[in-house]
Amino acid sequence: MTRSLLNVDARTAKRNASEKRFRGYGLAAIFVAVLALIMLMTSILTAGLSAFQQTYITIDVALPEDQLDKSGVRDPAAMAKVTTIRYAKVLKQALLAQLEAEGITTTLSDKDVAKILSKEAAATVRSRVLANPDLIGTTIRIELLASGRIDGFYKGRVTMASAALDGNTSPEALQLVEQLAERGWVETKFNWAFLTAPDASDQRPEAAGLGVAILGSLYMMFVVLFLALPIGVAASVYLEEFAPKNRWTDIIEVNIANLAAVPSIVYGILGLAIFINFAQLNQSSPLVGGLVLTLMTLPTIIISTRAALKSVPPSIRDAALGVGASKMQSVFHHVLPLAAPGILTGTIIGLAQALGETAPLLLIGMVAFVREYPAAYTSDAGLFGEASTALPVQVFNWTQRADPAFVERASGAIITLLVFLLFMNAIAIYLRRRFERRW
Amino acid sequence: MTSKISAQNVQVFYGDNHAIKDVNVEIADHEVTAFIGPSGCGKSTFLRTINRMNDTIDICRVTGDIRIDGEDIYDPKVDPVQLRAKVGMVFQKPNPFPKSIYDNVAYGPKIHGLAQDKAALDEIVENALRKAALWNEAKDRLDAPGTGLSGGQQQRLCIARAIATAPEVLLMDEPCSALDPIATAQVEELIDELRQSFSVVIVTHSMQQAARVSQKTAFFHLGNLVEFDDTDKIFTNPEDPRTESYISGRIG
Ligand SMILES: Nc1ncnc2c1ncn2[C@@H]1O[C@H](COP(=O)(O)OP(=O)(O)OP(=O)(O)O)[C@@H](O)[C@H]1O
Ligand SMILES: [Mg+2]
Repeated sequence: MTRSLLNVDARTAKRNASEKRFRGYGLAAIFVAVLALIMLMTSILTAGLSAFQQTYITIDVALPEDQLDKSGVRDPAAMAKVTTIRYAKVLKQALLAQLEAEGITTTLSDKDVAKILSKEAAATVRSRVLANPDLIGTTIRIELLASGRIDGFYKGRVTMASAALDGNTSPEALQLVEQLAERGWVETKFNWAFLTAPDASDQRPEAAGLGVAILGSLYMMFVVLFLALPIGVAASVYLEEFAPKNRWTDIIEVNIANLAAVPSIVYGILGLAIFINFAQLNQSSPLVGGLVLTLMTLPTIIISTRAALKSVPPSIRDAALGVGASKMQSVFHHVLPLAAPGILTGTIIGLAQALGETAPLLLIGMVAFVREYPAAYTSDAGLFGEASTALPVQVFNWTQRADPAFVERASGAIITLLVFLLFMNAIAIYLRRRFERRW
Repeated sequence: MTSKISAQNVQVFYGDNHAIKDVNVEIADHEVTAFIGPSGCGKSTFLRTINRMNDTIDICRVTGDIRIDGEDIYDPKVDPVQLRAKVGMVFQKPNPFPKSIYDNVAYGPKIHGLAQDKAALDEIVENALRKAALWNEAKDRLDAPGTGLSGGQQQRLCIARAIATAPEVLLMDEPCSALDPIATAQVEELIDELRQSFSVVIVTHSMQQAARVSQKTAFFHLGNLVEFDDTDKIFTNPEDPRTESYISGRIG
């Protein structure tokens, strides 16, 4: 009797069922992962996207000479002595004049009226005037940051009800701004300053930006890329292709694998000891940060590069040696190009890890509050030697501040960090494709 | 007849595994020498000692004396790179570079500086591909990747690559095992032609092939060179009973 193919026998049925079950598990796992990702993204995006918007109030500011340059000779040194306190007064007058001109009346005191502008506003006007002393004596129309609470009102964070309980603002102030807005003086628009401005103090979240952090992170990525990639690849090529296989290379191999698992904060301690205490490099500088991250990234790059080299079939090496290529030639002409996609992926994963690393940077002092851009573009201060900060450290920093406006900033910084990571991964994928297409 | 390659008391060890036991052999110039023997008897191993490819295997140790043109190739002064330019090799498994067909063949001449300009290189590539009986199939797709060829075409590409560097000795490890009868015939013709300019050593599992292409045949068994003589003699009147059983198909 022959077996019919039309009947499914018990064994096959069981096998099919277990296959189905396995697929079900797989789908469930992916579903959970995607769900978690979606939840993470929504929470960050809802909290952080508003950081990319900012509310500005436009004001016509009269710049009286008798207040801002008593001597009247426009001597820069003398003008620089006029502080933001004086400018704040000028601003207050301008704001009151504007309300009067618009026919807006309010029960607020003059001092509270001035509070609708950011504390940063006076500094903005001052630097505008110092940059162009001829403005004194004229009236300029200038767009100034609204205070954090007013900004929060336009983003839904502050309501009339919460303002009534808030010492820093009041429903009357909000109404006042609404009246200004009706007349077209208030605008909420894309916040470039968030990406370009340096950090700001606790009292002025609306002025805080990621500029220095982005710059610091970029500097460090450069340091890591230009040190870790060549050193890592050279070390791996040597270990994989040239080094004799003996006890010493085994020990080195085990140590590298261990280094990859060392908690990153240990690298911070190491960096502190070597680069700052011993080599006397500047604390908080992107150079030191980059060096520490280089140490941290090296094992990752070495391990992935060695794996990539190992996966190149030995027959390719034989083929190259067989036509009389030297060891070097066989490695550089054949093995490395074949391993390149793997090396690149490892490097970019290492870089991405380094980009998001916080702990070691805290230890070497990159958590410092950096109010000014590092003097990167001047010739007398070192490009990498000035104190700076980094994206993840800035996030850490902002989440510790009291003002709720900083929560939004921190989430915005996380979004920026994620965009950077996405960008780097996109580069990795692009490079892989390009390299792979050549064969 | 002058001997091109002369091996005296050659022993090869893979760690503790004694793979080649005291082999003596004289390989003449302008002749084809066939190595036959059952699988695992050390044919490839011995072949690889002639261009020092065994150097790449850490656990492999070679003792004895191998001379090409009277020069000891294991002399510390000898650079294996120079040796391998002189002694080309085709491997048991086709291993083209994952590059274009053209680049596969041009690579050797390029690193050895055999071509002055692009035209000369083109000519070398064309000649090599013609000799390897691949030109007709490959001439319209020289830029296509070599790994995209069929197994037999890949092996012919590897042959073309080996002869493009103008070696004096060509070692071929079962070059026809992946080829169809037509391509095999072409390669055999090529081997006969190559004999005009240099000596060829070929490992083969096909008795007929050994009988067709070679002038001398060496029979290996369990690491020993059992018998080495004129091909005619080996196939008609072998001295050793092991040789006889092997070629008549009783051991293998
Ligand atoms: N890389 C290696 N490492 C360790 N042992 C090896 C290695 N290559 C070959 N051997 C051993 O050496 C012996 C001879 O192998 P070899 O490859 O020379 O045989 P062969 O005659 O070419 O066989 P085949 O006809 O199957 O190709 C075998 O016992 C094999 O196990
Ligand atoms: Mg073999």
